[in-house]
Amino acid sequence: MTALLEIKDLVVEFATESGSLRAANAVSYDVSPGEIVAVVGESGSGKSVTALSVLRLIPEPPGRIAGGEILFQGSDLLALDDEAIRRVRGKSIGMIFQEPMTSLNPVLSIGRQMTEAMRLHLGLSAAQADQRAVDLLKMVGIADPESRLKAYPHHLSGGMRQRVMIAMALSCEPPLIIADEPTTALDVTIQAQILELMKDLCRRLGVALVIITHNLGIVARYADRVNVMYAGSVIERGPAQEIYRHPGHPYTVGLLNSVPRLDRPRGSPLEPIPGNPPDLVSLPPGCPFQPRCGVATAGCADALPGLEAVAAQHWSACFRSRQVYEGALT
Amino acid sequence: MWGYLLRRGIGALIVMWAVATLVFFMLRIVPGDPFAAMLADAGDMEAVEALRRKFGLDQPMYVQYVKWFWNALQGDFGTSIYGARVPVQQLLIEALPRTLSIAGLSFVIALIIAVPAGLIAATRRNTAWDHGVTFFAFLGLSMPDFWLAILLIVFLAVNISWLPAIGYEPLSAGFWPWLSHLILPAIAVGTGFSAIIARMIRSSMLEVLKTDYMRVARAKGLANSTLIFYHALPNALIPVVTVIGIAFALLMSGAVVVENVFSIKGLGRLLIQGILNRDYPVVQGAILVVSAIFVFSNLLVDMLYSVIDPRIRYDS
Repeated sequence: MTALLEIKDLVVEFATESGSLRAANAVSYDVSPGEIVAVVGESGSGKSVTALSVLRLIPEPPGRIAGGEILFQGSDLLALDDEAIRRVRGKSIGMIFQEPMTSLNPVLSIGRQMTEAMRLHLGLSAAQADQRAVDLLKMVGIADPESRLKAYPHHLSGGMRQRVMIAMALSCEPPLIIADEPTTALDVTIQAQILELMKDLCRRLGVALVIITHNLGIVARYADRVNVMYAGSVIERGPAQEIYRHPGHPYTVGLLNSVPRLDRPRGSPLEPIPGNPPDLVSLPPGCPFQPRCGVATAGCADALPGLEAVAAQHWSACFRSRQVYEGALT
Repeated sequence: MWGYLLRRGIGALIVMWAVATLVFFMLRIVPGDPFAAMLADAGDMEAVEALRRKFGLDQPMYVQYVKWFWNALQGDFGTSIYGARVPVQQLLIEALPRTLSIAGLSFVIALIIAVPAGLIAATRRNTAWDHGVTFFAFLGLSMPDFWLAILLIVFLAVNISWLPAIGYEPLSAGFWPWLSHLILPAIAVGTGFSAIIARMIRSSMLEVLKTDYMRVARAKGLANSTLIFYHALPNALIPVVTVIGIAFALLMSGAVVVENVFSIKGLGRLLIQGILNRDYPVVQGAILVVSAIFVFSNLLVDMLYSVIDPRIRYDS
């Protein structure tokens, strides 16, 4: 199957006072039609920057896409002019953001905000767009949708606003939706509802979904495939279940050990990853995780490991990935 | 909504009463009175006393106050002490349209300049456009309005005779005669105001352009004009409206100065002549009108909030 979205060696830099910061350092991943792909990593790992680059929403300046390709249905999004990328935004790729509380314009009605993209991209009349907005609100589980169209964002709770955002992202029937930490700002019970809703809708409508998250729990339950990012690069990639059971990179192992799990004894301590993420302005020449890595060898500080297959459809960027994968080092 | 308006209306009346009372007593606390000023040189103290009696100024201050207050409640502000004894109401009715015309037109001119300038500066931040707007904003702020008024007269009225230098024509004399006499004073008053508003719109827009909802709107693929005018501008105007309300009242005081330069017999000239002549009823009447304009323009602005910001409602 050919990829719907293919990011190749994307480099994004930000100008800072202390120098050029490499937020994305040769990031590559791909998404097939209808697939749910998770991008996991801690703050500053480059996962959001990569996602924003797809729609060219990086503020320039200070940001700059310095290299790479982003192929969507075969054409390079980075080569499009402003007019053409606007036709991709919302129409071909929908986006859901992290902060439902601040993602809706406070002075415009829900109806206006929902229908404007449909009228622009699908050429619907006002009445048709209103009707479709009502259907969409029903689909995302909002009661009394007709009256919600006239409501303003401050009338809705955070969970309802995120439902509205999902409805908006789906409104032009894009083949791909990118959700950037869609549930981080929500209560845990609402998180589960929203994720179930997104998964269910994407499966039903055949929409591919990229979920960007730092929550590994989400990954195991909702994603088909996972990309783990660290210091601006993808350091492990593979099927979600496989990575959860047999991680191939010490960083992924560390991430899994640092979250509570039901299959461990109660009261057993969580193991944090020691140290801090590297300074993206001056990356060391070797593996960026090496200073924090418990299994690093002398060579790790000198050379940068590339992604190597450890199993079918499973890659890891570690010189000792085979041993990590087999559990020989823990 | 109506309950709120009623409360605010009562509050406004209380403020106006307080201002009027304060002015009443302050005028009389200052040593001397109109007749002393008029007749002191002649040294005719008999005549001064006779006039004081005639206008009731020989009575105790509280008696004068009660009388004045009672008459004012009935809409009678007395007659001018000086000159032809014209009723104060008539003076105000003649002067008010002139001042309101200047203030109104300068307001319109200021917004016509400030809104596009602020938007251009914000959307083209740190470019030559932005620096140009900043430069002219500081220039406009630094120029005193009376000086700008003189410059305008010298260049546009005297040197090239495009517009009349002084005077006023009522709207009933035709739109162009009315407008042509107002353009120069309105520019003189409105320039500083437009500089303030342009700077405010710029900084307010920059804040709004950084918000999450603007990124969401951009991610929908909307055109730039839609983003700026429908999504950003209404939000950016919320803080600006506050300033506009206060500043409209300030435009009135700007008009006071500029009226003197252009010899327009507006509220400002009336007030200044009243003060110079110690013409108590005229000063009291004029200040009451000015305070009413201050109070009600602020009330109007608070009402405007609920129009542009749906989060603000006055019905509960």
